[in-house]
Parts: sequence; structure tokens; C-alpha cells
Amino acid sequence: MQRIGVFVCWCGSNIAATVDVAAVSEALGHEPGVVFSTNYQYMCSEAGQNIIKNAIRDYQLTGIVVCSCSPRMHEATFRKTAASAGLNSYMVEIANIREQCSWIHKDKAQATEKAIILGRAAIAKVHLNAPLTAGESPVTKRALVIGGGIAGIQTALDIADAGFEVDIVEKQPTIGGKMTQIDKTFPTLDCAACILTPKMVDCAQNDKINIFAYSEVKEVKGFVGNFHVKINKKARYVDATKCTGCGECTEKCPMKKIPNEFNLGLDNRHAIYIPFAQAVPKVATIDPNACNMLKNGKCGLCAKVCSAGAIDYKQKDEIVEREYGAIVVATGYNPIKLDDYDEYAYSLSKDVVSSLEFERITNAAGPTGGTLLRPSDGKHPHTLVFVQCVGSRCSAEGKGKSYCSKICCMYTAKHAMLCREKYPDTEVYVFYIDVRSPGKNYDEFYRRAVEEYGVHYIKGQVGKVVPRSDGKLLVQGSDLLANEQVHIEADMVVLAAAIEPDKSARPLATMLTASMDTNDFFTEAHAKLRPVESPTAGIFLSGACQGPKDIPDTVAQAGAAASKVIGLLAKDKLTCNPCTAHSDEMMCNGCSSCEKVCPYGAISYVDKEFRMPNRTTAIRRVAVVNEAVCQGCGACTVACPSGAMDLKGFSNSQIMAEVDAICKM
Amino acid sequence: MQELMLAKAKELLQNGTVNRVLGWQAGEFVYDITPAVFESEQDLDAGFVYNEFCGNNLSKYLIKESRKEGKVLAFLKPCDTYSFNQLIKEHRIIRENVYVIGVPCEGKTDGETLKSKGVKGILGAKSEGDELIIDTLYGEQRLSKRDALTARCLTCKSKKHVVYDELLGEEGEEVPENHRFEEVEKLEAMTPDERFAFWRGELSRCIRCNACRNVCPACSCEKCVFDNPASGISQKAAADSFEENMFHIIRAFHVAGRCTDCGECSRVCPQNIPLHLLNRKFIKDIDAFYGEYQAGEDTESRAPLTNFTYDDVEPSIVYKGGKK
Repeated sequence: MQRIGVFVCWCGSNIAATVDVAAVSEALGHEPGVVFSTNYQYMCSEAGQNIIKNAIRDYQLTGIVVCSCSPRMHEATFRKTAASAGLNSYMVEIANIREQCSWIHKDKAQATEKAIILGRAAIAKVHLNAPLTAGESPVTKRALVIGGGIAGIQTALDIADAGFEVDIVEKQPTIGGKMTQIDKTFPTLDCAACILTPKMVDCAQNDKINIFAYSEVKEVKGFVGNFHVKINKKARYVDATKCTGCGECTEKCPMKKIPNEFNLGLDNRHAIYIPFAQAVPKVATIDPNACNMLKNGKCGLCAKVCSAGAIDYKQKDEIVEREYGAIVVATGYNPIKLDDYDEYAYSLSKDVVSSLEFERITNAAGPTGGTLLRPSDGKHPHTLVFVQCVGSRCSAEGKGKSYCSKICCMYTAKHAMLCREKYPDTEVYVFYIDVRSPGKNYDEFYRRAVEEYGVHYIKGQVGKVVPRSDGKLLVQGSDLLANEQVHIEADMVVLAAAIEPDKSARPLATMLTASMDTNDFFTEAHAKLRPVESPTAGIFLSGACQGPKDIPDTVAQAGAAASKVIGLLAKDKLTCNPCTAHSDEMMCNGCSSCEKVCPYGAISYVDKEFRMPNRTTAIRRVAVVNEAVCQGCGACTVACPSGAMDLKGFSNSQIMAEVDAICKM
Repeated sequence: MQELMLAKAKELLQNGTVNRVLGWQAGEFVYDITPAVFESEQDLDAGFVYNEFCGNNLSKYLIKESRKEGKVLAFLKPCDTYSFNQLIKEHRIIRENVYVIGVPCEGKTDGETLKSKGVKGILGAKSEGDELIIDTLYGEQRLSKRDALTARCLTCKSKKHVVYDELLGEEGEEVPENHRFEEVEKLEAMTPDERFAFWRGELSRCIRCNACRNVCPACSCEKCVFDNPASGISQKAAADSFEENMFHIIRAFHVAGRCTDCGECSRVCPQNIPLHLLNRKFIKDIDAFYGEYQAGEDTESRAPLTNFTYDDVEPSIVYKGGKK
């Protein structure tokens, strides 16, 4: 028989205002096995914990029940308390009388009755608890960063700086991400390439960093400290170890009308290409959908001109298997597709562009060499209209995003300002719902656009953009402050498209068993207190995959994620969860049901010899659980048709005892 | 067919391919067929039969037989081969110790079915087209197959063997239009009260003889929960009148996704409880939720209940129940 202590917490007035805590501790004090029962204002405080410790010593308690908040909140606290008083941590049970009781009830009598029932269930469980000892698992001292944009680069550099190995997996041929496509950065107007490319080079040169460019994560297995990852290195058809990036092949390639992704299709590239001059790794890649040689075996020109002999038309995708202790998701974002926005004539006129396209048009390395020219006729535009919140803060179902994309107010101010600075002969209009500029020096930046550069900010939305036959774009909008309709004959219209998580994020989240919100942004473990960790242990979040972010925020979060990874990798051992499955081999019939449902691959089978009646033996196939790999999810215990599988700490009999205690009323 | 099988069995015993034969032998009456292992030609001549009454599914016996010394010859009817495959999949039968000979089946009858049609003094029976010719003490009697076959054979899912080492006779075909879910649909159409009354009427007749469990090829646990004193539901005097209901419901849950619908449970029930309907309801739901699945059709595929795909429904309270 256990000697059980019951500790009922008031949680200030959180519990005590709705639950008669004295009545609960009195009622539970009469339960079988309970030798001590009390209540206190804040059981989690030092004084409260001392009550528990003293009771454990004074009453020789073998198990305790704390009636308090959710175990997610303070189970760990009370386990530590018990351990420090010499009681096994797993002899502690929490009855959640706050979230599951006081917070959801109004009637005090009912809430009190329910609190007593929940307490009884916990007591019934403790009766069947057995001390458990946590094992340890080793930590692979290497991190994986998925995504090689500024978020991934910064995280990788910071982890490498602490002396740990990092692999970056990037699906594009080069790392760098969206920032490589940006011209200038707010609020200081540094050139993006000037601050990013040195970091890209640092990554390439750092011997702790391994870049898997043009690669994708195919499979993730394992758990915190011990992830096994399969990475698919897509065939570039170019031997990356031989290619010098001289660019000879790209000049000679006859297939030169392939839309250039890097410039968002505003100009063309060749079938063999290097995305841009500062690419890392600077290695050519053959686009298999465009290359004549790969499609029908005719051409082979690039192989002829390559003095390094790097071209390999027979190259195949290669699967690399690596082990990691931690995984950082840095999959970033994309602007939404604007095909559905006919009111802005995006698909009707070449002169209606997205903001990222506008970035390329104004970038010195872009299709126009940095001169602002209209895509349709290459003429200098005189009137530009910027439309904000295209698809952001949009409540229409099936169209746009409900959230604020956060970065558009600032980059639109930047675009407008730069237009006016370089081309004072332009008139620039910005239509906005609100200008959101809460960041260091952000509002000052926006004010400068309005006050110093004379950008016309109009509060209101554009209703329609109509391309006229003379090449002008007729913009109709409303000025809500003046309460009048505005008609502008524009030469170009720039749409600040909402941003969304990269499409690869959703399947990746499934592989990682990391949770996502309805917009496919990764969810953090706690919105305020654990913003860079996923609820899944060992998975960390960096950059816009977690929510819309500008570069300063992204870099800050990247560093934060890196510090969390470093904290994890600095440990030699991780304490395992002792609540693992185990198989009763006398009952197991080796049917393999459990193995099939185990998401961690923790179950294997052995042929074992058993003693049988009459001095005979028999060899039977039985399941064995690898406790270091088992995460205690319990899937096997329900799949087992024989009832041989059970979960330590949450055994079937314990759960039945809880149910019985609840039903006994 | 019986002669053909006997000759084959003797041949395989002689050339040492197998050292014993799993088949059927007649009991006191011609319809009292019992599974039996024959170790010699003499044994075979003395007892081996294969006739219209050999309904017994032999697959489950192979769990034990395949673990013994040497190879065993097993004669399996088409529906028995599904159970065989399922047991291979669950690693219960050691495949290399079994030599499977597929034997054709045109549907089986049994003594009870014939007696219920007024046939007395049964001495033998043989199939002829759509009719069964029964030899009785009182002369020959003819019954249409529809009247003579057991209920499970009337809804036969397939006359094709899914596994064998050798086949005797012609290979049969699947029966796509078997209407085996019609009875389940009738139950589904009932109100909950009517359905409860139906099952209480049936299950309250249960005498807990455990015949259904013992014959079921899917019930092959080392230790059945009903025999385990620690499980809290082991075999004992019924604590209340609802206990036999729980026994059958728990059993149906345990075999869900693994039941091949062989119908042995209903065949052996001395109280004539249509136990197969519980399992068939599960099969029907599994088909509806996860796509058509026939347990035992192969040895490789993942069973729907131990597999996860992205288009799985969530058959919970929310499923269908959300909007009413």
C-alpha cells in the first residue's frame, strides 16, 4: 500500500475562487492510502514546495498527488521537488484542477465536486505507480539547417562559431535566398548583396559548415539529439568538385530562352546556368527540362567547351545519410501568386509588377542593369503607383491572407524613396490601409519618404487598374482622408504582394512532426517564452518560416535559434523519457502490429527460446523495444492485439484505475 | 477429388516432400467432419475424406503444425488460403514448413443446414450443378444449392486461391457480386434501440463455450486476454448478464483489420449466433474509411488499421456526426 500525500493548490484565486480547496483536501484526505492532505495558496512557490518536501519526510510518503494547474505547467517543478526530498520523480501525479476545472466552471459546488473526482483519479493512479529511472541518450554534435537564406546562413555561422559542425541544405543551386534578389535594405539602405555575399562566402569557407546546395531533405527519423536524415542531392549534371564557375559553358549553351528564375522571369538564362555572379557554391547547373542533350541526346556543347571536364550528363540524384543532434528550419517565404488579382491587371499588363520584380528592375545586377525601365517598352516611367496590402489582411475566403505581411510598408517606403531620389522627375503614389512602421528608425524612415522625398501617401485602397491602349495604366482608388475618388494615369504599378511560407514547409513539418498553424507557418513552443523552438524537441525555427519577418528580425531570430542549438549540442547526454513502451514477452506473439505503427522505429523482433511444459523449449518471435529510441507515444500499446505492449508510467491498468475512480461516483 | 487428393498426399509422403498431411476425417456421422493430421498412407486410407461437409478452415492448425519437425502438407480451400496468408503476415505460420495444395470448393453444407430443411438420416451428399444430391436412409433427396449451402458459402467472396504450392482441379474465380454486406446494411438501417435489441437477443444466448475464439484464425494470441487473470476480464462466471456482449465486442475489436471473413465463428457457434456480422461490420467500415481491403489477400500490404496515409478519414465522433 502506498502512503500518499495530497497537496491542493489555490493558485491564488485562479483555483480557490471557483473550487472549495479546503473541501477538496478534506475529501481526498479520506481516500484509501492517503496519509496527509493539505492546501496552500501557491504550491509551486518555495514555501509551497517546502510543505511537500516536509510532508514527504515527516509522513514517509511513497507517492504524492498535487491538485494544481496543467502538468504542462508544473509537473517538472513538482517532480524536482519530490526528487529533492528523496522520492522518485515518477511517483508524482498532477490532478489538473485549474485548466480542466476552475477555469471552465462557474458553479463552485460543481467545480469542487469535479476537483475531488480528478483528485481521486490521480490517487488511484499513484497506487499503481512504480519508481522509474530515466536513461540517457547521446547527442550527435552536428546541426542541420534546412534552408540557406539569410536565416539559415546566420544560424549556421553562429553554430559553427561555437565550434559545432553544421550542414546547410538548400534546394536552389546557390545559398543566399530571397535576400540575394533584393537591391537595398531598409532602414539604412545598405546594398543587400554587400552585406549578404560576405556571409555566403564565410559559410563556404568555414570548415565547420557543409553546404548541400541543390538538395532537399527526403526523410527524417529519430529524435532530439539523434536525428537520422536522408538528403537528396539533386543531379546538377556538373561535377561540383571540378567546376570552376568560369561561365564558359553558359555562354556557349544554345538554349538561351529559358525564363530566368533569379530575375523572376524578367529576362532569360541558358539551359546551363549559374544563378548569379556571387553564387555559393559557384557551380554551373544544367536545367534538365531545358537541356537538349539531356532531353534528346543532341548537343553536348557545354561538355566540349568545359576545360575542367566537369560536365557529366549521366549524373544521378544522390542520397546522403547524415546524423544530427538538432534541426533548424529556415525555409523562408515566397510572395503569393498574383494571378487572381485581375483588378490590379497583374496578368494583363507587363507594367504591373510585384515588389520583388520591382527589386530586380532597380537592381544593378538585374535585367535592366539597375536603370528603372518599364518592362513593356523599356521606357522610363514618370508616374508610379504602389499598392500595399495586396493579399495581406484580406478576409475574402480563398483569396489572400488574413495576416499582415509585416515587411511591405517598409520596403514600399524604400522603393518610393529610391525612385524619387534617383529619378526626381517621377511622381510616386502609395496607396495604404495603415502604415505600420514599429521598429528602430522605421517610422523615421517612412517619414523621410513622405517629408523629404515628397512621396504621395494616399490612405485608401486601389479599386481597379485598367491598362489603356496608349500604354498608360489607369488607376482608380479612393482617398479616404479626402473622401474622394482618385484617378491616376500611371506608367507602372507595383503591388506589395502578401508573403506566405514556402510550399516545401508543409511536407517538411510532417517529416519533422513539427506543428504548423493554418497559414502553414511553423508554430513556436510558446508564443512569448519559447519563440524559436518548435514544440517538437530538437527542432528549432529561424526566420520567416515561423511568421513574416524583415531582415533585422530574421537575423536576430537566427542567432537566437543558433544559441538554443548550441545549448543542446553542448550537452553530452540527454535525459530520456523513462515512460517508454515495453513488451511482455510471455504474451507477445510476434505479429508485427506494433512495429508497423511505431513512428520512431523503436521496435524490433528477436527469436527467443522459452521454457515450455515438460522440460521442452520453444523458439518464439517476440518484440523488443529500444528504450533510447522510444518516445512513449503509446501507439504500439493500442495496436497490440495481445495486450503484450504496455507503457511505463501510463500502463493500461493505471488508466483503467483512473477511469474506475472517476466512474465510481 | 478425394481420390485425387489421396493419391497426391501419398505421393508426397512417399517422395519425402512432407512427413504428414493436414486434412479432414469423418466422425460418427458423415457430416461430423474433424480436422486431422495423417502420418502414413494407412492413416490416410483409414480416415481421410474430402466432401461437401468439409467446411473446417485448416489454416489455424498450421500455427502449431508448422513449428514441428519436418514439412506438413495442408489442403486448403480458397477461403482458407486468406487465413493462411494473414497468419503468414503475422509471422504465426512458418511458411517453409508447409506445402500448400489448393483444392477447389463449390460451397459446403453441414448437417444442421440440411436438417433444418427437413432432410433426415443423412448418409452422404454430392454436388451436381445447382443442386445438392443427398443420400439418406430414406433414399435420395435433392436440394437447390441456395437451400443447402451454409450461410457463409452463399456470400462466398472468392473461389480463387490466394496462395498455394500446387493446385488440384481448376482454378476458381473471385465472386465480386457476393452481397456479403447486405445483412450488415440491414442492421445499419435499424434504429439504435432496434439494433441493441437484436444483439441482446442474439448475444444473450451465448454460453461462453469459447468455440468461436478457439476456431478463429485471427485469435492466435499466446495468451488470450480472456484467459489472463491479470486482465480483469478473464473467463469466469458471468458477473452480469451483459458480460457475454462485452466478450464478443472485445473479440471483434481484437480481430478488426485482420479478420478475413472466413465465417468459422458462426459455423462453430452451438447457439447459432451470427457472430460473423460483427466482424463484417468492421470490414465494411474499414473499406469505407480506408478503401477496399481484404485481409489475407497478400502477405505484404499494410493493414489499414496499422497504417497511416494522408487521405485517411478520422472516423471519430466528428466523422459524419458533426453536422446533424
